[in-house]
Amino acid sequence: MSGKTHVTTTINGERTEFLCEPRQSLLEVLRDELGLTGTKEGCNNGNCGACNVTLNGALVNSCCVLAVETQDAEVRTVEGVAAGDHLHPLQRSFLENAALQCGICTPGFIVAAKALLEKEPDADEARIRHWLAGNLCRCTGYDKIVRAVLDAAAEMRRAPAGA
Amino acid sequence: MQDFEYVAPRTLDEAVGVLSKHGPAARVLAGGTDLIVQTRENRRDVSVMMDVKHVPETMELRLDAGGLTVGAAVPCARIYGDAEIARRYPALIDSASLIGGIQVQSRASLGGNLCNASPAADSIPTLIALGAVCRIAGPDGRREAPVEEFCTAPGRNQLAPNELLVSLAFPAPPAHAGAAFERFIPRNEMDIAVCNAAASVTLSADGATFVSARVAVGAVAPTPLFIRAAADALAGQPVGAAAIDRAVEAVRAAAQPITDMRGSAAQRRHLAGVLARRVIERAVERARTA
Amino acid sequence: MATTSKPQYRVIGTRPVRPDGIDKVTGRAQYGADIRLAGMLHGKVKRSPHAHAVIKKIDVSKALALAGVKAVITASDLPEAEDKVQSLGESSANLRELSSNVLAAHKVLYRGHPIAAVAATSAQVARQALELIHVEYEVLRPVLDVREAMRQDAPLLHDGLRTRSSGGASERPSNVAAHTQFRFGDIEQGFAAADVIVEREFATKMVHQGYIEPQAATATWNADGQLTVWTSTQGAFTVRAQVAEVLRQPISKVKVVPTEIGGGFGGKTVVYLEPLAALLAKQTGKPVKLQMDRTEVFEATGPTSGTSIKMKMGATKAGKIVAAQAELAYESGAFPGSPVVEGSLTMLAPYDIEHVLLDAYDVVVNKPKTSAYRAPGAPAAAFAAEQAIDELAEKLGIDPLKFRLQNSAFEGVRGPLGRPHALIGHGECLEAALSSPHYNAPLEGPNRGRGVASGYWFNAGMRSSATVTLQPDGSVSLIEGSTDIGGTRASLAMQLAETLGIEYDDVKPSVVDTDSVGYNDVTGGSRVTYASGMAVHEAGLALQREIIERLTKHWQCAREDIEYGDGTFRTKDAAKQGTFKELAGQLLGRGAGIMASGSVQAGFGSAALATHIVDVEVDPETGKVTVLRYTAVQDAGTAIHPSYVEGQMQGGAVQGIGWALNEEYYYDDSGRMANSSFLDYRMPTALDVPMIDTIIVEVPSPVHPYGVRGVGEVPIVPPLAAIANAVYRATGVRQTQLPMSPRRILETTLGIE
Repeated sequence: MSGKTHVTTTINGERTEFLCEPRQSLLEVLRDELGLTGTKEGCNNGNCGACNVTLNGALVNSCCVLAVETQDAEVRTVEGVAAGDHLHPLQRSFLENAALQCGICTPGFIVAAKALLEKEPDADEARIRHWLAGNLCRCTGYDKIVRAVLDAAAEMRRAPAGA
Repeated sequence: MQDFEYVAPRTLDEAVGVLSKHGPAARVLAGGTDLIVQTRENRRDVSVMMDVKHVPETMELRLDAGGLTVGAAVPCARIYGDAEIARRYPALIDSASLIGGIQVQSRASLGGNLCNASPAADSIPTLIALGAVCRIAGPDGRREAPVEEFCTAPGRNQLAPNELLVSLAFPAPPAHAGAAFERFIPRNEMDIAVCNAAASVTLSADGATFVSARVAVGAVAPTPLFIRAAADALAGQPVGAAAIDRAVEAVRAAAQPITDMRGSAAQRRHLAGVLARRVIERAVERARTA
Repeated sequence: MATTSKPQYRVIGTRPVRPDGIDKVTGRAQYGADIRLAGMLHGKVKRSPHAHAVIKKIDVSKALALAGVKAVITASDLPEAEDKVQSLGESSANLRELSSNVLAAHKVLYRGHPIAAVAATSAQVARQALELIHVEYEVLRPVLDVREAMRQDAPLLHDGLRTRSSGGASERPSNVAAHTQFRFGDIEQGFAAADVIVEREFATKMVHQGYIEPQAATATWNADGQLTVWTSTQGAFTVRAQVAEVLRQPISKVKVVPTEIGGGFGGKTVVYLEPLAALLAKQTGKPVKLQMDRTEVFEATGPTSGTSIKMKMGATKAGKIVAAQAELAYESGAFPGSPVVEGSLTMLAPYDIEHVLLDAYDVVVNKPKTSAYRAPGAPAAAFAAEQAIDELAEKLGIDPLKFRLQNSAFEGVRGPLGRPHALIGHGECLEAALSSPHYNAPLEGPNRGRGVASGYWFNAGMRSSATVTLQPDGSVSLIEGSTDIGGTRASLAMQLAETLGIEYDDVKPSVVDTDSVGYNDVTGGSRVTYASGMAVHEAGLALQREIIERLTKHWQCAREDIEYGDGTFRTKDAAKQGTFKELAGQLLGRGAGIMASGSVQAGFGSAALATHIVDVEVDPETGKVTVLRYTAVQDAGTAIHPSYVEGQMQGGAVQGIGWALNEEYYYDDSGRMANSSFLDYRMPTALDVPMIDTIIVEVPSPVHPYGVRGVGEVPIVPPLAAIANAVYRATGVRQTQLPMSPRRILETTLGIE
């Protein structure tokens, strides 16, 4: 049995240290070691997006990243999307558009949509659907999610300074 | 998931050293989108997980007059994020933007997709069509191998346990050349290909004749197939239905598909023909507008 | 014609943000797997690799000896279960069978059937312990197809199972658990009167609800014998009952705390992990948590039936459907209890057909025991009936919506159980569909087709309770017990706000545990906004009466002198008055607390009807179906929160699209589901569907104070047939088997197989 590795990384802007076994995924460590349970397990094999985080700015399935790989990297989870009490435009838009029903997929969608809009502020419906194809939702049929992302994009283009 | 050791060598020699020491018990971790899932599902046995992403040669992405070098661990997103590469190698972008979804493409690499050697891999037909060369490092030094010889069986490749795929080298596309990749899946994203195909064609300067071609099809045999007979059916022929029909026939004849939960043999053989036609026609279009 | 004016509501019909929304968009909401308790152990389940086998021996000794393992349980640790039936909402369970499904005693009946469970200091150790549990099986031949299971020579799952029918029980054992017949009129006379008859056989595959959150449960015991279970469930009270029964504990010793739930659709009404967590916690003296992984969810929870349906329907050339006959055989999985009866009852319910004969067969097979899946039984039955109707319309040269309209059932017409329909809105849905922008937009281009279909689903009533408490600042806390899967905290808060004449933001709803609120049946059956709404309405009225009672002392006047309107209480002579908020402060400042409750056993609500329109394009070379445009029309009675009504319509339609086009349990001959992951169990992604347009029709239900009809289930009933009808128009080939995958389309259109 391997001993534990000491990892130093940055999560949601804060320097974070943890111990983990090499076999533990980033998803497992976020939820079980660090208590950041906003990131969800839906399939544990990269097919549903419920575990989405960004790693050095890139959208990834945290179930397919080893926690030890985050050494000296920057990780952002759903818990880091709002700025304190101020919801991100995407979060507000999801609420206003009723883009969630059970809410289990919502953290993954928020992280994924944020990654898209930061890269492509003008993303249209087709691009949004393509980008979000790796995030499964079983409740909404995606209609209101896509509308929420379009609305948030419009708001963010109007006020790029921030949430 | 089973316990394993994690090592992250900083040089190519170190990496080869790890493989030499541990043999088949060590696996190379690039994007991990296949390997981590397989290890978790007990489909691969791993004692040492060797992360190569800190070895500069595997992360190199270099475009120059000689062609394109893609380090084995370079994520797909970096490839299609490069506008110049996208312009010169659109077929590579076809493949790189179809492997998994966006989340997978942030991590998955062409080298990893190749080494994983799934018969349905979405990059390999394109690598074959583009005539990629595998650059391999081992304890005895470096060697090269044509990509069409790399996969040997489903999930197996020609690397010895102490060898590492370092990068893929693509020749510079000749004038009047074009290439394309397509796959068929039941949904619009996220599926393993039921069948896929890639073709590259070089045309005469007036675009009316095939000079040469390379055609490859996946998911219809134990490994992706390089179908020389299809290329032979095109070379020297006028661009048109007659030659393309013969190439498509050659593809269908070469296919040895199976029936499984993703598709039937008859369906795959049929799709091989459909996709081969579509990629040849798209390659021609790209060659003519290149 | 007299016009009825729609009531003007203050809050009902608006679209406020749901009260639990912020927690859900920030990741703070606690779902089943997010529960963590100090000293908690982790559990894992050992499952049968065989679809059908006798258990000869289980040896757990090596597992127990592994460092970190604290307990291992098998069926011998479960008390002997009673052979009695427990209602679960829309399905019910025999407790002995439920217990056998929790841990297999003598036989394993499907791959994934639990054999043993382990609690250890980490999930990793628990997984390792599973490898050390040795089981000896005598492997038997499995039966995996419903028609094969009905044959005399089929392998038998249960030696004691006899076919129940109106004639009693069969003599010989069988895999057919029940045969139910529905008969109206004279079927032979009906077909004799028909000028056109269509007859086809249909088949659908087992599919899963596909909720994104796997099951998870955590249990702990107090030293005084009190058990607490946290679980992701659609019904805390039914979990309490099931756990109490399976473990033979008094109800008073069991408390169930429902966490937030990541989707259910009927699949989270039956216990799988809860009794295991409880038993392991009892044996170890520590809290124990179990979570399923995705493969376990597919292989060992409760998908819905694969079906085989023979359908025959006849109509006169004047366009009247005169006879309908069907034989429906549904797989129930390892134990009896498929929704074949519900399927039979709903398939023709939207129509007025004089002569009907339906034979429904409930059949066990070596697959996981089926559970409810959104309008259980109805989608597959509609797949058959709505295509037969489509075919008749085509042969008679009548527009498919108009054909349905001229045959539609309406109030007073004989309904599915023989009693007359209450007020239903099928005609209104059809009219709305006929005049919709979608239906009036021409569909041009090759390989394209438009299909329509209707659907019917009941509104379960059942039991709900709620308690409301007035707060000193004039807000009202609403304690309810319906787990919130789709926005019901909002729809219930809105109904309370409407009843009390206060603002939506002044209602604070909480979903609480089984010790803290009166009995609530499951969140399911399209019943929460309807029946829990009635309970909330009653509680609101009771609170108002309580306040008025208090005011008689505060204002020294008689009850009859006090009236309430526009948020203000006043005496009739207007000498004394105060707003709701002002009086709350005054009354509570000096007096005892003011609270009230409501509790209902609601009868069946008025049914929900829906009509869907879909345009598809079929690639003739690959067989792939693309959904170009989709419109869902549905009678919601009164849409309390239109966004959430739309959400139900859209979500149900997309589940239907997945079921129609790609989803299926793909079994190999040994009874192993080959595609038990989200990679190969292909649910629609955002890229696979267009926007789903919705048209909400409102024919208020006469039995609900605000006219509510339940909306959650009927939207999944029409899509399978609507898409099949569209594919027929696009290709000229009628699809009688699901899924209409590209492979299947190539088989049926190009003969490629």
